[in-house]
Amino acid sequence: MKKIAVIGGGIAGLEVSRLLLQEGLPVTLIEKGSRLGGNLRNYAHLFPDFTPSDEILGNYRFLPSNSDLQLLMNTQIESIDFSTQPYTLHSKDGIAIPADPLIIATGYQVFDAKLKEEFGYGIYDGVITSVELEKMIKQHHIVTPYGKIPRRIAFIHCVGSRDAKVGNSYCSRLCCITAIKQAIETKKLLPETEIFCFYIDLRMYGLTFEELYLNAQKEYNIQFVRGRLSETSEMIDKRLIIKAEDTLIGRPLQMKADMLVLMVGMEASDFSKQFAYHNGLEIGDHGFFQPLNQFNARSKSQKEGIFFAGTSIGPMSVAETIEHARAAALSAISYLKDKEY
Amino acid sequence: MIREPNFQYPFLIGTIFLFAYLIVRIILWYIELSKYDKLRFIHFWKTKSVWAALKDAIADGLLHSSIFKKNLLLGYMHMSLAFGWFLLIVIGHLEVMVDRRSLNFPFYYAVFYRYYQPHPDFAGARVFGALMDLLLLIILSGVALAILKRIKKQIFGMKRTTKLKPFDKIALTSLWLIFPLRLLAESLSAAYYHNGSFMSNTLGAWFIQNVRVSAIYDLSWWLYSCSIGFFFIALPFSRYMHIPTEIVFIFLRHAGIMPKKYWNSYAQIQMYSCSRCGICLDACQLYEAGVSNVQSVYFLQYIRNNENVDKSLFGCLICGRCQEACPVHINLNDLRTALRIKASKPLTFSYGYTQMALQQKTDIIYFAGCMTHLTPPIKFSMARIFNFLGEKVWYMDEDKSICCGGPLMLAGQYDSASQLIQKNTELIMASGAKTLILSCPICYKAFREDYVLPGISIKFHAVYLNDMIRQGRLPKINLGFKTIYHDPCALGRGSKIYDEPRYVIDSYSQRMRLKKEKAEALCCGAGLGGINLPIETKNKVTFEAMTYFARFKPNVLITACPLCKKTFARDRRIPVIDIAELTARAIDEYVNEQKKSVREARLIES
Amino acid sequence: MSTFDFLKVRRLYIDYDNLDQELLNEVIREEPSFQWCISCGCCTATCSAGNHTTFNIRRISLILRRGEIEGLEEELKKCMLCGKCTLVCPRDIQLRNVVMNIKKIVLKKKTA
Repeated sequence: MKKIAVIGGGIAGLEVSRLLLQEGLPVTLIEKGSRLGGNLRNYAHLFPDFTPSDEILGNYRFLPSNSDLQLLMNTQIESIDFSTQPYTLHSKDGIAIPADPLIIATGYQVFDAKLKEEFGYGIYDGVITSVELEKMIKQHHIVTPYGKIPRRIAFIHCVGSRDAKVGNSYCSRLCCITAIKQAIETKKLLPETEIFCFYIDLRMYGLTFEELYLNAQKEYNIQFVRGRLSETSEMIDKRLIIKAEDTLIGRPLQMKADMLVLMVGMEASDFSKQFAYHNGLEIGDHGFFQPLNQFNARSKSQKEGIFFAGTSIGPMSVAETIEHARAAALSAISYLKDKEY
Repeated sequence: MIREPNFQYPFLIGTIFLFAYLIVRIILWYIELSKYDKLRFIHFWKTKSVWAALKDAIADGLLHSSIFKKNLLLGYMHMSLAFGWFLLIVIGHLEVMVDRRSLNFPFYYAVFYRYYQPHPDFAGARVFGALMDLLLLIILSGVALAILKRIKKQIFGMKRTTKLKPFDKIALTSLWLIFPLRLLAESLSAAYYHNGSFMSNTLGAWFIQNVRVSAIYDLSWWLYSCSIGFFFIALPFSRYMHIPTEIVFIFLRHAGIMPKKYWNSYAQIQMYSCSRCGICLDACQLYEAGVSNVQSVYFLQYIRNNENVDKSLFGCLICGRCQEACPVHINLNDLRTALRIKASKPLTFSYGYTQMALQQKTDIIYFAGCMTHLTPPIKFSMARIFNFLGEKVWYMDEDKSICCGGPLMLAGQYDSASQLIQKNTELIMASGAKTLILSCPICYKAFREDYVLPGISIKFHAVYLNDMIRQGRLPKINLGFKTIYHDPCALGRGSKIYDEPRYVIDSYSQRMRLKKEKAEALCCGAGLGGINLPIETKNKVTFEAMTYFARFKPNVLITACPLCKKTFARDRRIPVIDIAELTARAIDEYVNEQKKSVREARLIES
Repeated sequence: MSTFDFLKVRRLYIDYDNLDQELLNEVIREEPSFQWCISCGCCTATCSAGNHTTFNIRRISLILRRGEIEGLEEELKKCMLCGKCTLVCPRDIQLRNVVMNIKKIVLKKKTA
């Protein structure tokens, strides 16, 4: 009987499963959608070195054929029955799955940019999100939704992050470096296009991130404006007017642009929040799952036998997600060992 | 037969003091009224409004019908005390008149009648006796309830009851003592003479058996007289000043005297009319959020006591819920505004720098307002609607917008606001427009109340949409949502527009009825009146309101105010849209269906 | 009004050791959210008054935080109190109350 259950078939869930299988432990991997890979499939290349995301996903190519893995696709878990030993997961379609331990790798969702209505997403054609731009980069074809090659693009940092007005007061960490990555990729595809990044603070926290930032200035002539967008409006020709303050000069700034890219932040997925709410799992102030502590038990939950992997506990890069998934796997293994003795 | 006692003096002194005080007070108030208000008041006595005022004075001052509407028991408590006492006085005097077949007797005679008349043997004496006992019993039940309310307020449908000042406690105690002491005195009288009725005679029989009546007989009448005298002397300095003041207020209100934007005697009368019943406490959403110094009852108390009101003055959302709930109908928002004006007088603003927008000639003006610039879907929806209707509209504040002045006025800055009002008025009047459409209730209230725009009809967008649907110029179509409508404070309670937005929403969706709606609608928590409220408090108000809405599980929450929309949007539990967005969606849906049916018709033809 | 207002430097450098913090502290006491600013500039960008003149609410706040208080009250007369700044602020700073309080406190000092 396969006992370890992993909810979520993104890279965190895949990496946890890969490690556990490697240790000879059977795993049930449960994915609510019809494809594995999760949010990573939306990305063409990864910062800081432009590694194609397919390369990372390729590491898990042979995983589904592992005979110790029971893969349940299109299966949405609704509840956990804590009264049984092991715990039993119940899916929407009435499947019961034993889980000992349970690893939650339910990931994140991006902020719905429509909620920042003054930015104009969903209202003005020229406003897109970073996820949509990434798709264009993947297809090597960047064009405004109204069918024009953009001659000037503005990247807006911190959309749905560091913003009490939408209930997300935390920094999503990865959008700054993602913006620089996308700005460079865009510039490579459209060398004539002017690119501006509107930021509040540039958080280049990784070892090589600052180099990328420098490179963006040095090689690609990307302009950085310290100021947060206040509102967007549209002209008759569908070009956009951006209002911000150039805070380093201390005067309001207006700029016409062909396209606006909103760097949408990561937030706890609706599924995670609902799942936590209905099953009495602890959620932190920012909507993500709350680990036992922030130092040496970041993959442990408050409940015995339940672990977290990846962005279900907060924004993480791909590298951090994989590392965190490994930590979760290790926690699960030592939990099983403790149980044996 | 009648011994000459002295115990009537405390009562007499109290009564004379009270009436002298009230007469002087009322004369002073009258003198302070403006010339026009005085004329209005004099003219009022020749009109039929006097009867309406009298009716209100009885209904509100004596019967307390508005409190009955809130809670039966609470209404009964107030009524038994006020109306019961009133009848006791009136019937007591009638009794004496019938007994003595004369109108000529000292006015305190009826108060101590059972003492002066040991052997009532006139026709109808037994009926009067029974009636007086019954009335006393009713009042005593009211006193018992009042004591119970201090202990268990929940029974009265109240979550909270007011905190008392020491002086109020003294007045309250003496009021509560009047009626038990009267019962005691009359029962002792009945013990000797059997001159009472079912209650006093029974008690009297018990007293004669168990107590040495002669020892306490005179004392009991002294105490009774003292309690009344003491209460009357304390009355002008306690919350009970509201009893006479409320009657004055009712008459002035019916005389058509309007609250002013400055602190005058009418404001003072309103302040004294507050009975501190505490009904406003339950109406105030800030109480739930942990604020307990801004509520109207306390606020009025601070002003009466000349305490520092700066914090509580600017810490109120001016949502108007307390004003709607107030059984005395005090214009609480106006009182606050008048004081805000006074307090912020030294702070001046000047807007000489404003640049004029380009002037246009037009029939219809749409003034989006500052807030709406941050909710472009509302602006766009309005454009979609005007476009569908084929109306040419001037978007007056598209560029170089000037604020309407409403937020300044909420901060008490009327003089500063008048500069903006003047600039906007010039622009509007020069355009030759006939209609001005607003989509922000704060703007709407400012334009309606503080602008003079002759020949221009000022319309809120929901009212305009309502007109267009009724005229058949906008389609009716069910979009299939379950909706809830949130009345914005400035639109609902502030401008009394409740039905038109509902008609528009009902034309497009299934609207759910709420308990807390219309005049009792919740505030979103971000009202621009709440100037020094901490954000945490505002957020709590928003959260509680949203929690209330979420219980109904609507698909969409509809509002008609950009500020409400933005405030609720941070909660994320229910999607929030403006009534204009709903209408624009309905138009899109209608146009799509039209196109489809045209296509289908063509298919059939071919 | 000159567009180069910001060049009018009052002192050569911000003298942090001799800051006039009295007004600042009083404003913070009245409206603690004043301290939370991250200078993103949204308030200034959306400002109704800033649309007509060089009024810059973020700089005014920052200058006050650096202890330079001359002319502040005069400059704040341009504010329309419309509340757009509060509505865009990602840190929920209650700027209307900040404006009211700076004016109130400065006036109180003048009359004292």
